[in-house]
Amino acid sequence: MRTETMTVNLGPQHPATHGVLRVVLELDGEVVIKCTPEVGYLHTGIEKTAEAKLYYKVIPMTDRMDYLAPMSNNLGYCLAVEKLLGVEAPPKAQWARVLLTEITRLNSHLVWLGTHALDIGAMSMLLYVFREREDLLTIYEAVSGQRMMSTYFRIGGLTEDLPSDFEPMVRKILRTFPARFDEYENILTNNRIWRNRTIGVGVINKEEAIKSGITGPMLRAAGVKHDLRKARPYSSYDKFDFDIPTQEASDCFARYQVRLEEMRQSLRIIQQAMDGMPEGRYLARVPGVVRPTKEEALCQMEAMIYHFKLVTEGFHPPKGEVFVTIESPKGELGYYIVSDGGTMPYRMRVRPPSFVNISALSKLVVGRLLADVIACIGSVDIVLGEVDR
Amino acid sequence: MSNVTRERVTAQFGDKIFATTEHFGELAFVVDKSAIVALARFLRDDAALRYVHLSDITATDWLEREKRFEVIYHLYSYDLTEYVRFKAHVADKESVPTLTGEWDTANWLEREVFDLFGIFFDGHPDLRRIMLWDEFEGHPLRKDYPLTYETPQFTYNKDLPPEVIK
Repeated sequence: MRTETMTVNLGPQHPATHGVLRVVLELDGEVVIKCTPEVGYLHTGIEKTAEAKLYYKVIPMTDRMDYLAPMSNNLGYCLAVEKLLGVEAPPKAQWARVLLTEITRLNSHLVWLGTHALDIGAMSMLLYVFREREDLLTIYEAVSGQRMMSTYFRIGGLTEDLPSDFEPMVRKILRTFPARFDEYENILTNNRIWRNRTIGVGVINKEEAIKSGITGPMLRAAGVKHDLRKARPYSSYDKFDFDIPTQEASDCFARYQVRLEEMRQSLRIIQQAMDGMPEGRYLARVPGVVRPTKEEALCQMEAMIYHFKLVTEGFHPPKGEVFVTIESPKGELGYYIVSDGGTMPYRMRVRPPSFVNISALSKLVVGRLLADVIACIGSVDIVLGEVDR
Repeated sequence: MSNVTRERVTAQFGDKIFATTEHFGELAFVVDKSAIVALARFLRDDAALRYVHLSDITATDWLEREKRFEVIYHLYSYDLTEYVRFKAHVADKESVPTLTGEWDTANWLEREVFDLFGIFFDGHPDLRRIMLWDEFEGHPLRKDYPLTYETPQFTYNKDLPPEVIK
């Protein structure tokens, strides 16, 4: 009887790896005995490129890391530079940022749900979530002109004011989405195939999860009630009322439950942000640092000069270093920016949540069947653009 | 909050700490590299601190300094909801001790620092390149990495001299 093991190369070109993740699996029959994820196929050197760009020119590159959550990436970067400069965005910008990052969370979780369900056999989910995502991308397009790479946030506020048709669009998703989420639950939560494929699969206990640096929904599914929006509120999150969903089981099903509940909580936040949207400026007024609005630049001479100087030369933040983290849909997204007093970041480091979460993959899959690997990769929720940067 | 951390760490590691700063409300220590593992363990296990989450390991290249690299660690405490940063200065070709024994996160984060900066981590179980391919020459996040030099080299670009842009 032959007892040797077999090595299977999953990816990088494999639809269930959500991009270009390569996983080298050692199998004993159908049981995984060793799992080595390989990343780097999408490495674009964003951290290096940022060292040669003016501060505001880095914002478009942050979109391209986690391309399902561009506004979250923008927000983290803008908050980090604002901390360095000592600038605070005006209330309207903060509310709009909260609203739009929650829309981003919905966007990211919806795509996660669709692709994860597609991976493990529920094909129709993908069509449903993309129907909903269309509404979200319409909002993106209305505010920024782009459906994916929005680059809507600016250092000190927003690119431009929210459009007049913004509120009806948001009201529409608030009206339609709760029923749609119920629909998803009807399809999946008590579905026998879904439950068999996810319950008890990819379990990682609380201590191991912390030791592996796991953050975000995966950590909350392991029973740690922690969310940076509550623990270290940024952008006025402390003024919003929402719950942190947690689960104890820490399997793929628990992660599904946590993310689904997070989407409902996001709707609550969007509702509050839309109802309480303050009036006023969408951009802070800090001459020489924050770019003047378009109207000001075209009507006032000083604003025109500042506009010209900021676009060509940029601004000089004080020397120092900041580390700012936000709760992105994937987990703890951090920006570490070192300034040497020049107009470009001396060093920009992104602390990527997907990169750290996927590094724990082997703990989820060793000892389980090959088919469970697909469920586990899906439940981690990675975007390779962010893993590799 | 960070005062507790500051006092406890200073009391325990006073002679190993070269500087303590608190810019932008962020507590940071500059420590001797021999103290990295002990300090990380202390921050993690001390009952009043419990910095149990290793958030990030990264580095910065300060080319003109004698010890050109700073290796930077960020830890997070779920109890205090605070970050703490500590860093060590190392020269080129010098190595720092690994934290893989304390956190599994350190494995990939240290591999990334090794790949992009060329800093070695003593005792790392699997110190391979992670982002770039194994045959890649040089470490791109170093400040003296030539920006116009292309790898891999082909016939059309092999005679082009590398040019350093500052």
